[in-house]
Amino acid sequence: MKPATEAEVVECLAAASGPLRIVGGGTRGIGGTRGEVLETGGLAGISLYEPGALTLVAGAGTPLAEVEAVLARAGQRLAFEVPDFRALLGRRGVSTLGGVVAANASGPRRVQAGACRDALIGVRFVDGAGLVVKNGGRVMKNVTGLDLVKLMAGSWGTLGVLTEVAFKLLPVPEASVTLRLPGLDDARAVAALAAALGTPYEVTGAAHWPGQGTYLRLEGFSGSVDYRAGRLAEVLAGFGAAERVDGVARWQAIRDVTAFAGCAGDVWRLSVKPSDAPGLVARSGAQAVLYDWGGGLVWLLMPEGADLRAALGGFSGHATLVRAAAETHARLATFQPEAPPVAAITAALRARFDPRGILNPGLM
Amino acid sequence: MQMPVPNPAILARKAQIVRRLQSVLPADAVVHDPADTRAYECDALVAYRCAPLCAVLPRTTAEVSAVLRICHEEGVPVVPRGAGTSLAGGALPTADCVLLGVARMNGLLEVDYPNRFVRVQAGRTNLSVTGAVEAQGFFYAPDPSSQLACAIAGNIAMNSGGAHCLKYGVTTNNLLGVTLVQMDGTVLEIGGGFLDAPGLDLLGVICGSEGQLGVVTEATLRILPKPEGARPVLIGFDANEVAGQCVSDIIRSGVLPVAIEFMDRPCIEATEAFAHAGYPDCEALLIVEVEGSPAEIDEQLARIIAVARRHNPVEIRESRSEAESARIWLGRKSAFGAMGNINDYLCLDGVIPVSDLGLVLRRIGEMSREYGLDVANVFHAGDGNLHPLILYDANKPGDLELCEEFGAAILKLCVEVGGCLTGEHGVGVEKRDLMGVQFSDVDMEAQLRLKDVFDPRWLMNPAKVFPLVLTAGRRAA
Ligand SMILES: Cc1cc2nc3c(=O)[nH]c(=O)nc-3n(C[C@H](O)[C@H](O)[C@H](O)COP(=O)(O)OP(=O)(O)OC[C@H]3O[C@@H](n4cnc5c(N)ncnc54)[C@H](O)[C@@H]3O)c2cc1C
Repeated sequence: MKPATEAEVVECLAAASGPLRIVGGGTRGIGGTRGEVLETGGLAGISLYEPGALTLVAGAGTPLAEVEAVLARAGQRLAFEVPDFRALLGRRGVSTLGGVVAANASGPRRVQAGACRDALIGVRFVDGAGLVVKNGGRVMKNVTGLDLVKLMAGSWGTLGVLTEVAFKLLPVPEASVTLRLPGLDDARAVAALAAALGTPYEVTGAAHWPGQGTYLRLEGFSGSVDYRAGRLAEVLAGFGAAERVDGVARWQAIRDVTAFAGCAGDVWRLSVKPSDAPGLVARSGAQAVLYDWGGGLVWLLMPEGADLRAALGGFSGHATLVRAAAETHARLATFQPEAPPVAAITAALRARFDPRGILNPGLM
Repeated sequence: MQMPVPNPAILARKAQIVRRLQSVLPADAVVHDPADTRAYECDALVAYRCAPLCAVLPRTTAEVSAVLRICHEEGVPVVPRGAGTSLAGGALPTADCVLLGVARMNGLLEVDYPNRFVRVQAGRTNLSVTGAVEAQGFFYAPDPSSQLACAIAGNIAMNSGGAHCLKYGVTTNNLLGVTLVQMDGTVLEIGGGFLDAPGLDLLGVICGSEGQLGVVTEATLRILPKPEGARPVLIGFDANEVAGQCVSDIIRSGVLPVAIEFMDRPCIEATEAFAHAGYPDCEALLIVEVEGSPAEIDEQLARIIAVARRHNPVEIRESRSEAESARIWLGRKSAFGAMGNINDYLCLDGVIPVSDLGLVLRRIGEMSREYGLDVANVFHAGDGNLHPLILYDANKPGDLELCEEFGAAILKLCVEVGGCLTGEHGVGVEKRDLMGVQFSDVDMEAQLRLKDVFDPRWLMNPAKVFPLVLTAGRRAA
């Protein structure tokens, strides 16, 4: 099924007699689900773009690349730095805005500019019962009623089929500088990232790539970026001499976790308190890791079938299985199991928004 | 304002209910004498008052849970309250409710500088969160003007904003975790010192839920390093439209100010008379503030001023010192007080697309003449969050009603141009009956289902947020 309008989405859902697998461009879905494919790529097109109000509204099937190109021409962007996981996950296809939202996909700039869910200001979706719901809108501030916008971000198509999304945008800064600290072990690196993020210099990327270096990014007007890079290097002097490196390709590789593309093994994603991360990594049994978000996000390449959560024992945070055999996804659960009272809420929400249990069943 | 008829069976059982509550709380934490419950009869929407059945002032999550379990068993509605500064009547009691005040829950539980968060009890005031970390060079970003008084609990419930949210976002963008007690006493731990939800974004749902889903008892908040400095520029214009266009152009220019505040002539005149800030004689003025080192501030202000010059400003006053900055902010900060000095006023909170600022202000001016009530505008222009202040006379029969009617007309206009009813104050009882202007019944039904999940018996903060007709069946069930 490939509806071209919201009304057709309603028809598809009404006509559905069994499970549906909701697919945008098929570039970032994780975990296992089953059912007839419902593609959202037909719901494409930018319906409103107001550079002077920093807002964009577009169909959920609109290709991300098209949106990025339009914004770039006006010197603006989606600030949360959408990752491209096609290489990592071995996918083809065209990433869509709806898929970005459904996955709450956010890159290195999340530490400073927030996640996809923070930039999302409005949605329209068709729930599992075929009802068309709108929430939020096209203005930057909005507390009218309960917030279903946040609920839809990161819901992986389990509560409804997104048909339209609205974003708050930011200007593309004039300049960007990347500093690299070489040779730090994981614990020292995370300490350096914390020190940097604790300064007023507005770090917009803070990552550690073992064996490659510890990276910090500053963005803004050129004079300001130069000044802040200088000050930051002084603050970090105790961690070694920071050198300026060419950042564009580096941040893209960190964002897309390309280091693990094509490598044998499962890929996990760990969200934790940054200072906990090195200790958790040490007992994870990972073959390789990549720290982003100042250490708060850790990508782990694990032996096939290994249970990261079991290896870590109790910890504060959550682990998501991003790339593994279907059997591993089924056995270990893609998403971190929730505490019973929270799981009860989640189950009740799904039952309310998808009473027949047809939207991406088994995924979350 | 219509409120549901209090349940006579609950009113009749007051003594038993109070006794049960006293069995789980210290004696001084249950307030039931009518002379004392009066203290909770309203929040900052003072036009509406109703004393609760009784009030409880717990100190811990366990006490909150015990209270809610009893109320759930007794079928008694609960109205949560922080500091009672809501401008939307969000904390307005019903006569048959237990008012649950979290003001005594003001502890600082954890401060973690390397991971940049604090954990607090939810009754802690907004300003005292920053107070706890500023010596180390950190602050908590959302800064509602009521920050000296308002509680984090109320900020979370209303998803409050502040003057600096153009750059730092509102509460939801700075909230990492909460402890929420559901109506049946179940304690939920959501989020914490890490980023983003493991599953559905329940934190995002709870933030801004106006006490509809449960009682927030603890919160994990993101703290940020303080900027090196900040300085404003004041720019005067001879027309609202021009000032509005200038706001759009500043935003387009690539500078990201921390604040762009707007005042129109009635507001400028009132504050001048009151605070003598020395503002220029003009139709509209903007206060634009930027942050950074002295050189960075100079660079950004230069860019903003270059944009402003294209709009033939009446005056440009760039602050060069702390003292000048304070003078520029003086009028803005005293605006509400100044208006209150003249008259009673109703403070609206609609949002519009920034591009429609000129149009909407012109329409508000026309409506002001139609209704015969004066309006002053002072608001966060960068994000289109208007705060029209409608002046009325509380002692004049019919004036409040006329004022409310005018306010509703303005909010409808906001929705018509693509905006919304409320940008930071919340719906409460105040805008409850206007929800249909912005949402279809199906849109609202989806929100009611959310509440069904957290509070199946519909006992939390009754008769707020949604039109009563829409919720009658659920409340009666
Ligand atoms: C002079 C003045 C200036 C203001 N300026 C701003 C501003 O700049 N920006 C802004 O956004 N707002 C502003 N406000 C509005 C108000 O201060 C905010 O809405 C504030 O967040 C309310 O906090 P509170 O603690 O007073 O909450 P209350 O008024 O006590 O309650 C507000 C809502 O929160 C609910 N609630 C309270 N505690 C809990 C809890 N523990 N669990 C669940 N729900 C709870 C209540 O039921 C109610 O619905 C202003 C108000 C005044 C009077």
